Amino acid sequence: MTGIYLPGDSFLHRLPAGAKLLGLALLCTTLLLLGSPLWLGGFTVLVVLLYAVSGVGPAAAWAQVRPLRWFAVVLFVMQFALVDLYGAVSSTLRIVLAVALAGLVTLTTRFADMTACFERCFAPLRAFGIDPFRVSLLLSLTVRSVPVISALATRVRDAQRARGVSWSVRAFAVPLVVSALRHADALGEALSARGLDD
Amino acid sequence: MIEFSGVNVTLGEREVLSDLTLSLPERRIGVVGANGSGKSTLARLINGLALPTSGDVTVLGLDTRRHAARIRRDVGFLFTDPDAQIVMPTVAEDVAFSLRRKGLSRDEVAERVRAVLSRYGLADHADHPAHQLSGGQKQLLALCSVLVLDPQILIMDEPTTLLDLRHSRQVADLMGRLPQQVVVVTHDLGLLDSFDRVLVLDQGRVVADSTPKAAIDHYRDLMS
Repeated sequence: MTGIYLPGDSFLHRLPAGAKLLGLALLCTTLLLLGSPLWLGGFTVLVVLLYAVSGVGPAAAWAQVRPLRWFAVVLFVMQFALVDLYGAVSSTLRIVLAVALAGLVTLTTRFADMTACFERCFAPLRAFGIDPFRVSLLLSLTVRSVPVISALATRVRDAQRARGVSWSVRAFAVPLVVSALRHADALGEALSARGLDD
Repeated sequence: MIEFSGVNVTLGEREVLSDLTLSLPERRIGVVGANGSGKSTLARLINGLALPTSGDVTVLGLDTRRHAARIRRDVGFLFTDPDAQIVMPTVAEDVAFSLRRKGLSRDEVAERVRAVLSRYGLADHADHPAHQLSGGQKQLLALCSVLVLDPQILIMDEPTTLLDLRHSRQVADLMGRLPQQVVVVTHDLGLLDSFDRVLVLDQGRVVADSTPKAAIDHYRDLMS
């Protein structure tokens, strides 16, 4: 969800965002219900096939599950120690496959289509005085904030290094929070300037 | 037409702008002054991001105090830091985001986004993550996101401060070609050479209001 949409013309790219999200929910539920290792193996093949059909290369596919690698190792070891080898393999595989599927949806869906879909899903909330546009805007800003906060953190850390300050939580957190609040202020003003506070 | 009539702005004890009365009909207007002289507040007053403590600001015949939202539809604002303006993850999506509440069809939005990105040289970056653009490209994207709304007036608050020389020139060239009335707050004096009028602010007051050369000379004297 961090804006890593890969342009393409596969059937997955052309599928509406709502259909993909529904498919994701159904496939993840199915994944939880699968008991036999044979079925899990078959499911793995299905995920690989979906990636192949979508035209997403191995590097982009790996990037989806890479952040999970240490978590997957810890989960596998714990499950192996507490349950058995089959339990460890199936639990770890379920998590990795679910994340891979979610990543595939992100890679093949424009974020704007995703937020438009959420807006339609949240439309009934109007009855309770909640503006669906604002909910989807909140989602957009959350996603957009990830690289911004990351850049702010890098800047704060670089400034600390330049001044020869060794690692200190307070010296890191205070300027980061101040910068983030300033950014939030500026963003609010920019949204008003773009006429999005009507 | 932008008009200030007896405008004062105070923040706590501090008087940010004092007794400002101006009529700004020219197409290219520059505003210069030291840090804290009230330049950015003046710019923010024009599209109602800031409101006067007393006096009136009228833009396109509308009072900013009563019609701020309406005025913002016709007055685009470009900030110094493009990162604070980019909302969506990719370039095209961010430009399209500006059109979200315009009631346009999907095809119309796509066409207007494509047109504005092509005009300002970002068409090849349409699907790129916005946060991976260079500083200059981000500023161009912020400009596209404003211009796609086709505003009548464009306010730019230090648009080249974070840019290198090449991108500053690019923004300056672009500014020269815009059909809109443009008000630019800047420290980049070279940007103002071809302008119709330049205001110099000092401690919240307009101390010079003239052609670029005369106003900039006054500003240089003031700073020396």
